[in-house]
Amino acid sequence: MAEAKTGRIIKVAGPVVVAEGMLGARMYDVVRVGKENLIGEIVELHDDRASIQVYEDTVGIGPGEEVVNTGAPLSVELGPGLISSIYDGIQRPLEALVQQQGSFIKRGSDIPGLKRETKWAFTPMMDNGAEVKAGDIVGQVQESSLVLHKIMVPAGVSGKLDGLREGEFSVEDVIGTVTAADGRKTELKMMQKWPVRRPRLSRQRLNPNTILITGQRVVDAFFPIAKGGTACVPGPFGTGKTVVQHQLAKWVDADVVVYVGCGERGNEMTDVLMEFPELRDPHSGEPLMRRVVLIANTSDMPVAAREASVYTGITIAEYYRDMGYSVALMADSTSRWAEAMREISTRLEEMPAEEGYPAYLGARIASFYERAGRVVCAGSPDREGALSIIGAVSPPGGDLSDSVVQATLHVVKVFWSLQARLAQQRHFPAIDWLTSYSFYKQHLADAFEDKAQGKAFAEMIQQAMNLLEQESQLVEIVRLVGAESIGAKERLTLETSKSIREDFLHQNAFHNVDTYSPIEKQYAMIALILHFHRQGLEAIDQGIETADLFKLPVREEIARAKYLPNEEIEQIIAIQDKINEQVKGLSPVTA
Amino acid sequence: MLKEYKTVSEIAGPLMLVEGVEDAKYGHIVDIELVDGSMRHGQILQVEKDKVLVQVFEGTESINVRDTTVRFLGKPMELSVSKDILGRVFSGTGVPKDNGPKIIPTQKLNINGNPINPFARDYPNEFIQTGISTIDGLNPLVRGQKLPIFSGAGLPHDEITAQLARQAAVRGKGESFAVVFAAMGITFEAAQFFINDLTQTGAIERAALFINLANDPAIERIATPRVALTAAEYLAFEEDMHVLVILNDMTNYCEALREISAARKEVPGRRGYPGYLYTDLATIYERAGRVKGKKGSITMVPVLTMPEDDKTHPVPDLTGYITEGQIIMSRPLYRKSILPPVDALPSLSRLKDKGIGEGKTREDHAALYNQLYAAYARGKEAQELATILGEAALSEEDQKYMRFANEFEGRYISQGYYENRTVEQTLDLGWELLSMFEDVELKRIDKKLIDKYMPQFRK
Repeated sequence: MAEAKTGRIIKVAGPVVVAEGMLGARMYDVVRVGKENLIGEIVELHDDRASIQVYEDTVGIGPGEEVVNTGAPLSVELGPGLISSIYDGIQRPLEALVQQQGSFIKRGSDIPGLKRETKWAFTPMMDNGAEVKAGDIVGQVQESSLVLHKIMVPAGVSGKLDGLREGEFSVEDVIGTVTAADGRKTELKMMQKWPVRRPRLSRQRLNPNTILITGQRVVDAFFPIAKGGTACVPGPFGTGKTVVQHQLAKWVDADVVVYVGCGERGNEMTDVLMEFPELRDPHSGEPLMRRVVLIANTSDMPVAAREASVYTGITIAEYYRDMGYSVALMADSTSRWAEAMREISTRLEEMPAEEGYPAYLGARIASFYERAGRVVCAGSPDREGALSIIGAVSPPGGDLSDSVVQATLHVVKVFWSLQARLAQQRHFPAIDWLTSYSFYKQHLADAFEDKAQGKAFAEMIQQAMNLLEQESQLVEIVRLVGAESIGAKERLTLETSKSIREDFLHQNAFHNVDTYSPIEKQYAMIALILHFHRQGLEAIDQGIETADLFKLPVREEIARAKYLPNEEIEQIIAIQDKINEQVKGLSPVTA
Repeated sequence: MLKEYKTVSEIAGPLMLVEGVEDAKYGHIVDIELVDGSMRHGQILQVEKDKVLVQVFEGTESINVRDTTVRFLGKPMELSVSKDILGRVFSGTGVPKDNGPKIIPTQKLNINGNPINPFARDYPNEFIQTGISTIDGLNPLVRGQKLPIFSGAGLPHDEITAQLARQAAVRGKGESFAVVFAAMGITFEAAQFFINDLTQTGAIERAALFINLANDPAIERIATPRVALTAAEYLAFEEDMHVLVILNDMTNYCEALREISAARKEVPGRRGYPGYLYTDLATIYERAGRVKGKKGSITMVPVLTMPEDDKTHPVPDLTGYITEGQIIMSRPLYRKSILPPVDALPSLSRLKDKGIGEGKTREDHAALYNQLYAAYARGKEAQELATILGEAALSEEDQKYMRFANEFEGRYISQGYYENRTVEQTLDLGWELLSMFEDVELKRIDKKLIDKYMPQFRK
């Protein structure tokens, strides 16, 4: 046991403070620094000297002031009350901070992550006298209309359950006790703590096997992410990284969403805070905010807390995964997290690797993404949980050879490449269909209840992909020798590819229908576009001019299909008949 | 009693090491008295035991090791504020420079400020009419936004910022409005141009200017934007004013930061800029915004010159990642005397959709800018094609779009620095230009809007 040691500051350089007299302190112990009680974490030890990264502004701190070791690593509080909350990088509730300190964040505040005064209605799910072990669900709390919070036995506790009862409790009230075989008693509370840098335990890792539906066509159909999978979205500024992240957070088919705003704009977090409560979950009709936990450490907030924010986020996400839920974590942006690491590393005077980043950058990024996955949760009843991670990367100048991008691409299985060129053409989401990839495509067919339909969908997507590939080559030829020189069928290929791009891949995040596209609608839309292509090919064989084909009024309807209500997919299917009719109405030119 | 030390042991570049100091605190300021009695100012960058590293704002020229006296003031750098700062000119560190009286402070504020709690932010959604069509029509600015101007050497960013300062107003409201201007390393002429412009229009009465010229100490520039923003925060959140902050030029600021970093022998990031440049810039830019329950707001227009017009240079690149869009100046348009030469296509206001539409500007605004943007993009392509193939080789449709692009540049973008267009004038001009197309070609505008607004412009 590390005792609460008190040391003295000998050096202050920006967010890094060095203290001596810290013998016995452990790496990553949390300390309180100086007269203002700033929160810090030990990141380096040298004899009795500890280097501390401080999560708050260090102006006015100087040598001689005290440093008190709390003896515990940086932890988060886990329990009912997380949902709908907004926290800073070290789980201080921002709403409560406003009430305590006003509109600007001041130092040395000490508000716990979970509200102590709220009473939650607890329902036991186990009988007293039962033998329990870590991870067993002993009861539940309706945390929000969308999330049923399972109360689990904390790690390291097992024995006979006792005194468990129904009632209204706060997170600190004792709801029961567990007596171990050796007679040691542990009080059960609804709240438990977990150190953020340590992955939470599960029984077994499994491979991802289902698609995480997001309602974004280019993602679901072309580059899907799996439940428990990892994806990254790199792109230069102005290409819509944040809009992509917001869209996924809004519509993703997950039970709980953890959104980490790491070193990004304050106004963007405000946007989330104002917009999410207004939006309705497409499945349940409830406000989306009721399944979201927000971590906001904006770019003007202290840099060390930014480094911690992704860990805080993922620990909370893992906690909900352990209840058997599908959880999605969005981190925007991991580059800012890496930069925070770099800044701390520079102040520690560590030997830098590429671009000044610390040599352990790759390892840290890899171990972060490895915390994603589909697992068999610890404890009973048997349940599976999944945690998917989607990280935005902001490479300088959009240069993909950047260290953070490269280290990320080593580990993630899905790559959505945002291109400035597409954004300039106002093609959103600006995900490049030629350079992006997904390793989860083989699960695409399983996204449909009807397996035959799923298979057909996967085949259509492959066909569409081939057309786009052909387009990229044809465009080169057209640029060199002009559009007249290519054949009628090639012209149709170009036209269909354009249709795939503009009518399918392009999706308007701000249109109230188009913002979310169910997978069945995606099926109908791509089928429609390819149906026109097939009919066109036949018509060309019969000698019909491509120009006439392209002028058919039904083409306008194909383009507008995305705006048809999601419930009226038969309307989209009906357009196929109109294509048949109108193509039949054309007559070949007599040569 | 403040302690004085004569224990300077090392001087290198803008940095000075003082030894044997008791009770020094990180980030606090110091007074430095030279042997001839002249005073300089500095800030503590690092303390290690009794050794203190000080950055000297005015430079270390003629400071010596033996005779220099250093006084530790025991507080961070502060700015004295009151409403009297309006109409005044200050140095880059906030000392009055215009021979006027001293400011009698109602408050003394730490220039580093505190981050706005994201939960306390109010979303920027009030349209600011700048009178410039390329901004109002295509990239509207809203209150609380930070929208930088990406310029280059030899481009008229001074004129456009002066025009913004002169014309920017929220419509239909008699609210108090102020301009805070921070000059960092700009020339005397550029600063004087701005001051004269404000004086002529009388706007100087509601402006506070913080001037660090090109020949002023470079290190002082580190403090200048913070001092200016502290003044702005006071005016906005204590005095309920709507403040427009102009920071000119951020590239010089970043170079000063690089100088300090190099002197401290820190590991450099891209192009020698320190690895914490993003964080540092963010603590400046993020001070723009609106706060719930406060009437005032801070809208920020930082100006930066891109070396070789390169948008991927660290300064514009990191700025673009923090700010909510960018206005980019175009050299080709400037050569064609199309003024103000705003490059409409790569310019972007991320918050534009929040500030426009019915009740704010007009219901047709969003559809209209989408259509104008699309048509101009298409016309630009045709223009380029025409330079390769010759105009005659273009298809009839391409020729039409090229004509549109030319008209658009000649009438919509080009308006000069002294024409102040209302947003309705800008919108109507858009319709008028689009009237050269058939209704069916205007795919991005709803038929209902076309029927409502277009007929008056059809001949």
